[in-house]
Amino acid sequence: MMAIRDELQNVAPEKLTVEGVSKWFRTRHVVVHALDNVSLNVREGEFVCLVGPSGCGKSTLLNIIAGLEIPDSGRVLADGKPVTGPGRERMMMFQESALFPWLDVMSNVLFGLRLKPNLTRKERREVAKYYLHLVGLDKFMQANIHELSGGMKQRVALARALAPNPRVLLMDEPFAALDALTREQLYGDIQRIWEERKKTIVFVTHNVREAACLGDRVVLFSPHPGRIQEKFIVDLPRPRDINSVDLAQYSTEITRALKRHLNPDLAEVAE
Amino acid sequence: MKRWPFVIGFFALLLGIWEMLVRMKIWSPVLLPSPLSVGSYLVGALQDGTLEQASMVTMRRLLAGYALGLLFGLPLGLVTARFKLCEDTLGVLALGLQTLPSVCWVPLALLWFGQTESAMLFVVIMGTLWSVIIATDNGVRTVPPIYARAARTMGAKQLYTWVKVIVPASLPYIVGGMKQGWAFAWRSLMAAEIFVTILTGFGLGHLLQYGRELQAMDQVIGIMLVIILIGLLADKILFSPWERFLHRRWGTEKA
Repeated sequence: MMAIRDELQNVAPEKLTVEGVSKWFRTRHVVVHALDNVSLNVREGEFVCLVGPSGCGKSTLLNIIAGLEIPDSGRVLADGKPVTGPGRERMMMFQESALFPWLDVMSNVLFGLRLKPNLTRKERREVAKYYLHLVGLDKFMQANIHELSGGMKQRVALARALAPNPRVLLMDEPFAALDALTREQLYGDIQRIWEERKKTIVFVTHNVREAACLGDRVVLFSPHPGRIQEKFIVDLPRPRDINSVDLAQYSTEITRALKRHLNPDLAEVAE
Repeated sequence: MKRWPFVIGFFALLLGIWEMLVRMKIWSPVLLPSPLSVGSYLVGALQDGTLEQASMVTMRRLLAGYALGLLFGLPLGLVTARFKLCEDTLGVLALGLQTLPSVCWVPLALLWFGQTESAMLFVVIMGTLWSVIIATDNGVRTVPPIYARAARTMGAKQLYTWVKVIVPASLPYIVGGMKQGWAFAWRSLMAAEIFVTILTGFGLGHLLQYGRELQAMDQVIGIMLVIILIGLLADKILFSPWERFLHRRWGTEKA
């Protein structure tokens, strides 16, 4: 039992440093300049949202931080050490849940735990149960994936990502495919879990309001090539409600900036 | 539960039509024996053991050839899906040879192996192998890449990802391919048994062929029924449980 308590203990969140990262995608016909000399610091335990229109390279940056892709220049440091490949210190959540349909809910959560050494079978199950409880799905351990709603799937995906106790959580538009009501519930849940589990979170979204609701900081990207344009600090108490007026002010401000960077001429006319 | 009367009724109707056609005497009874005489042939063949023996011989050949076909086909399919070089070489070869009806292997097998068990085995393997390779390859290619990415972020290495993610994810296709492989194996074996006369064991195909030579239509039709029955049973026993499991897990069951 001792080992489980150790396993469930919060680990220190990681500090992320993105240093001058550039990335090009070359296909036979076109060369896309996805990221252009992007630098970003994420503090330990900070919740950072990357916002921008599609094609601004925010997901690419997330993949590079995860170690799933290699930058053409620049580098990513996690606690000062260069990221060379994916690892369970930095877990990733995708827009589609990416849960494995051949496994039930429990086995999906166990998947990452099985790759972690020094845990017995029983301990792994205990850990998995703890996280399923954390996301409110302990009654669905034996369910098949197709039996779950979209929101439940993302909860399982969250439990699966949390289970190996990573220090960083990388989330790639995890709520984009959900209905508004489910999303609102998950905003509350993710803030609660973030405070409880003390993770560094990098959260990619194209939804400005969502970013303002969740992030300590909102980083604004512009496309072609992908660049960081502005950074906003959202100084509001938590838990935040997506419908609050204060939040609306932040999101209006960010949206205005977004439009300005997207189409400078148009914004000036409108102003 | 209520389906059974319909199922039984359907087959009773088929038998009835058959019997009626015989009674109408449009064709000579030599060409179209009555269900009863086919039945009595089958009972006789069962009693003197011919049928059991022939079925055993056939099943042994089938299982051996099928197992070997799977043994080589599944890994080769994985390899062609994984490595571009294998796709361009082995993959193209498999695609080409799959289009060749397996009975076309018989002349070659006869010349290479003579009238032996090896010739039979060769034909069955050739019938199975290519379609299994192609189905496996195809299955692996349909796996959404996001599964492998998810596994990699959880710390899975290449081999682990293949064994624990890619293969199970392509399982519905692989089982489909195995089923197709079974059907092809069955067809090629019958072709082989009809064309390859050997003394090491008379299979169902041989019985069918002798029936023709003796103009014993009751035997020909009786054996055909047995062949159909074995195919049906194999489908139900070998593949149905798998398919039911897959449908339940993947949620592809018809409502």
